[in-house]
Amino acid sequence: MSRLFVIAAGTLFSLGLGISGMTQTAKHVGFLDFAGAWDPSLLFVMGGAIGVNFVLFRVSTQREAPLFAPRFMVPTRTDIDVRLVGGAALFGIGWGMAAYCPGPGLAALGTATLKPAVFVVCMAAGMKLFNVVLAWRERKATSEELVDA
Amino acid sequence: MQADWWMALAGGALIGLAAGALMHFEGRIAGVSGIFSGLVEPKNSEVAWRGLFVSGLVLGGVLVLLVMPSAFDDTAGRSVAMTAAGGLVVGFGARTGNGCTSGHGVCGVSRLSRRSVLATAVFVSTAALTVAVLGGVS
Repeated sequence: MSRLFVIAAGTLFSLGLGISGMTQTAKHVGFLDFAGAWDPSLLFVMGGAIGVNFVLFRVSTQREAPLFAPRFMVPTRTDIDVRLVGGAALFGIGWGMAAYCPGPGLAALGTATLKPAVFVVCMAAGMKLFNVVLAWRERKATSEELVDA
Repeated sequence: MQADWWMALAGGALIGLAAGALMHFEGRIAGVSGIFSGLVEPKNSEVAWRGLFVSGLVLGGVLVLLVMPSAFDDTAGRSVAMTAAGGLVVGFGARTGNGCTSGHGVCGVSRLSRRSVLATAVFVSTAALTVAVLGGVS
């Protein structure tokens, strides 16, 4: 039963993306094209989503625990670091290039067409690459510690 | 206000509702890149809910396609190669910066997280710069 609720949350998310226009690539590029024919739709999407989630998040997390998991897993970090800013900067560049972000890309897989599939596969490859780089850096940091010792 | 702006607001509200539902059910942030990345590098206990949520996303896409096929109009004029390169950078950047449009932009800003507010400002700026360089809807 709990599984159905999680699937339903994902489905509802996609319906929201579809209704809001966010599964159309031109809506993304149109919003980001501040110098051209600017389309403010994405601001309304964010406004609607943040407005509703702002309230629901506060109501839900008043409870002891979520319905189907032992505890709420909410990020607690508040520090600003180079990784956050650099990663966000890269993400934006990719978003402007592809005209898809992760949610609409996955929703558009439902169309069984080429571009969304290419986007999702390459996004997965980018994540895999990140994991490889992270593991390499951690290994390097550990070996440097050993040398220091 | 234009009709598609009302649709944008209503669709956005559904996205907020879905994100609220995931927090209420599973206690998780509806950050799509984070959820999906857990399937790229799977850890046993973490796979089930992620797989279910992503399945729901794709299923929702199928439903939208059946009811409103125009929702998937692809008129931005990005080539397949550009889409591929963008996807790679999106995946790498989202993992590096710990989030994307949904995790930082919707959920993080709703929580008033300063990291997410900053990340959102940064990625909207670099995305706009990218579009300024590559060109808008062609």
